[in-house]
Amino acid sequence: MQTLRRFRGKNNEGVLALVLLALIITMSMLSPAFLTAGTAFSTLRSATVPLIFALAVLVVIVSGGIDVSFAAVAIFSAYTAVSFAITTAPDLPAAAIIAMAIVIGAGLGLINGIVIARFRLPTLIVTLGTQGIFVGVMYTYIGATYYAQLPPSLAAMSSMTVIDFQTGTGRASLHVMAVVAIVLAIVVWWMLTRTMFGRSLYAIGGDVEAARRAGFRVMRTQVLVYVLVGVLAAIAGIAHMVMGRSANPQDLVGDELDIIAAVVLGGASIFGGRGSVIGTVLGVILIQVINNSLLLAGVPSAWLRAAVGLLLIVGVGVQAVAARKKARRVHTLDEDKSDRLVQEGAA
Amino acid sequence: MDAIQTDAAGPVLSVRGITKRFGGVTALAGVSLELRSGEVHCLAGENGCGKSTLIKIISGVERPDAGEIIMDGETHSRMNATAAITSGVQVIYQDFSLFPNLSVAENIVLTAEVAGRQRFYRARAIRPKAQAIVEELGLDLDLDSEVGELSVADKQLTAICRALVNDARVIIMDEPTTALTHSEVARLFTVVERLRARGVALVFVSHKLEEVLAISQRVTIMRSGRVVTSGLATDFDRRSIAQHMTGAELDETRVVSPLDPDARARLTVSHLDLPGAFHDVSFTVAPGEILGVTGLLGSGRTEIAEAIFGARPAASGDILVDGLPVSIRSIPDAVAAGIGYVPEDRLSQGLFLEKSIADNIIAGSLDRHRNRWRGLDGMRIRSTISRLFASLSIKAPNAEAPVRSLSGGNAQRVVLAKWLATDPKVLLLNGPTVGVDVGSKSQILELLRKAASSGMAIVVISDDAPELVSCCHRVLVVARGRVVDVLEGDAISAESIHERMAA
Repeated sequence: MQTLRRFRGKNNEGVLALVLLALIITMSMLSPAFLTAGTAFSTLRSATVPLIFALAVLVVIVSGGIDVSFAAVAIFSAYTAVSFAITTAPDLPAAAIIAMAIVIGAGLGLINGIVIARFRLPTLIVTLGTQGIFVGVMYTYIGATYYAQLPPSLAAMSSMTVIDFQTGTGRASLHVMAVVAIVLAIVVWWMLTRTMFGRSLYAIGGDVEAARRAGFRVMRTQVLVYVLVGVLAAIAGIAHMVMGRSANPQDLVGDELDIIAAVVLGGASIFGGRGSVIGTVLGVILIQVINNSLLLAGVPSAWLRAAVGLLLIVGVGVQAVAARKKARRVHTLDEDKSDRLVQEGAA
Repeated sequence: MDAIQTDAAGPVLSVRGITKRFGGVTALAGVSLELRSGEVHCLAGENGCGKSTLIKIISGVERPDAGEIIMDGETHSRMNATAAITSGVQVIYQDFSLFPNLSVAENIVLTAEVAGRQRFYRARAIRPKAQAIVEELGLDLDLDSEVGELSVADKQLTAICRALVNDARVIIMDEPTTALTHSEVARLFTVVERLRARGVALVFVSHKLEEVLAISQRVTIMRSGRVVTSGLATDFDRRSIAQHMTGAELDETRVVSPLDPDARARLTVSHLDLPGAFHDVSFTVAPGEILGVTGLLGSGRTEIAEAIFGARPAASGDILVDGLPVSIRSIPDAVAAGIGYVPEDRLSQGLFLEKSIADNIIAGSLDRHRNRWRGLDGMRIRSTISRLFASLSIKAPNAEAPVRSLSGGNAQRVVLAKWLATDPKVLLLNGPTVGVDVGSKSQILELLRKAASSGMAIVVISDDAPELVSCCHRVLVVARGRVVDVLEGDAISAESIHERMAA
């Protein structure tokens, strides 16, 4: 029972893993092309940008907030850095472009964080507002040109792979950005579970007032959360452009809800205080696998979104109903702890 | 260690001339207090007298408007939460201030880690610390369960453990025993003695007189934001403390109207059962009768009322209004059957705070104020509002003032008015005078008597014995979800109620 409970995980990560496993087994039986290193790597490749975004969203959701501006931050910071490199400094090394994007992303996140923490405004409203502002500012002052070619240093990264080998069914290669996403997942996992900053996010997401009383520096932590989202979003933006070999200012914005859906499917509570990196990774991969396998199975792509939506409602619905049942249990009398204590006291 | 010994004579912590205003209300007016190491200092006073605000100021959560806090000879015009914790002040709040989504172990240790400005969280190093405290207190707590899933009593024990994990020199406990059983209280008191021997200063905030006298060396009594008196516990007795707390002789005189012995019961509850909350609850309330329901926190007293009101429907059993069986599965069912309920937490559950008094009064009874075309009948609405506003003597410039601007006692009258406007057959009130000053309290009880005399059946859920004594015809005592006693007539006294509640 104990091991079973541990496998199930705090946020039903185990259940999610089982669903994923079942899906993979079914698909492998239906199509021999499915269970190959090639498919695995290409799934990872398509999951890279969503995963980095999802990590950012996870951090905000755990702290009890929500951020819908991350895609705008991503495209703003990456596009600004790239277009600066293309128009003014074509020889800029990749590291400098990425650093520039990260600094811009952090700055935009700082704006979100300060507005939210300083004025104690609802996070959804603030980020909904800044999303529009960021995109508008980008179109007006940075430009709206589509660049079909990245600066040479970044373009070189587009074909960079870490593992690359020939298989019976074709080439299998692991893109360098997928490795970046995996490393980021490990870093965020470490931060959430092993640092006081991470624990303070759970504490604040659990009960802000209690966190304040316990001496957590709530305002500072909240600002840092949005800065961190900005940084992760900027990396995702760069990854998106590197993997897509182009810089399109119209990309990314509009798909925010898909990312939030993946994180919530991964067991994070939209009310804060709950969520894990494992669950988030599983949530993102599950959605990618569903997309891939439904395509393989010949389902029209229009149905993909419907399938993901259905999965989200069923997945979250099951958890919510279970939680409500638990909450309805009244803690007073049928657990006879008080009686036992009385008897012990008398003895 | 030396520091503690040399301090033994002087105060560890003193506050001087603390004043705090919230909007127009003065919560504290020049309050001073001294705590010596190794003593239990009881801070007593009625609800709303400013005890909780004082604690928040000492622990750095609220900023005082004037006055100073002196800790170890160092003067602060205000504390911040971390400075308070590092200098050794720990508060166990009434609402526990725990993190429901974290484990017991983490809740116990986390504040100490924050105060220690730790950068990393080492789950393995932390567990033994929590374990040590839990064992020191001899408690039966599962360190790995999530706090949100614990019972109220276990949550409180977790909060107590958390205060002890820091080397606290001042521990403030806000109503620490309300949720504990007698043996748990006794155990807490042994721990308190142990802490006292170690030189810790304890503040016990309570309005329970017996506790105040049993555990403390010194007593400070507050009323309406001021310290009324302060002195050795041995100089006080139950009666004199109550006198200082209320500013009046302990008024336990019973005023109950005679009942018609032949009248048919307004409300009949038979064999009501909700597993986990209460079992086999049966009682009747006659028209004009005020029935008291009392019991300790967690005894099921609130759940019984919520079941009758449909907020948490009973699993089995019958409810009859005027002899007719009614099926109550939801709140609208109960309202349709003529049942009204004034909840425990009126601020969040009973009022629209930003709306006017008039809107609040009428909010529950719109259906009763419709004209022929289903529109609202403005004339009748205005007359209902002015009638209730006047008869309940709500202290406000006019009925258009927002409810947020009212004091506790007046807000409670608005909730009452809201339900009286619906003209219910049965009115359930949970803690009708909690957080209400003494003057308003007797007026509210008088309003209940008046409402009852018009034929309404009233059920008052309360653990305030004097209040039950003063207005109830009969008192049901609930323990562990069962009605264990029914007190009637002369058998109703504060002593008998306390005795049965604790039994």
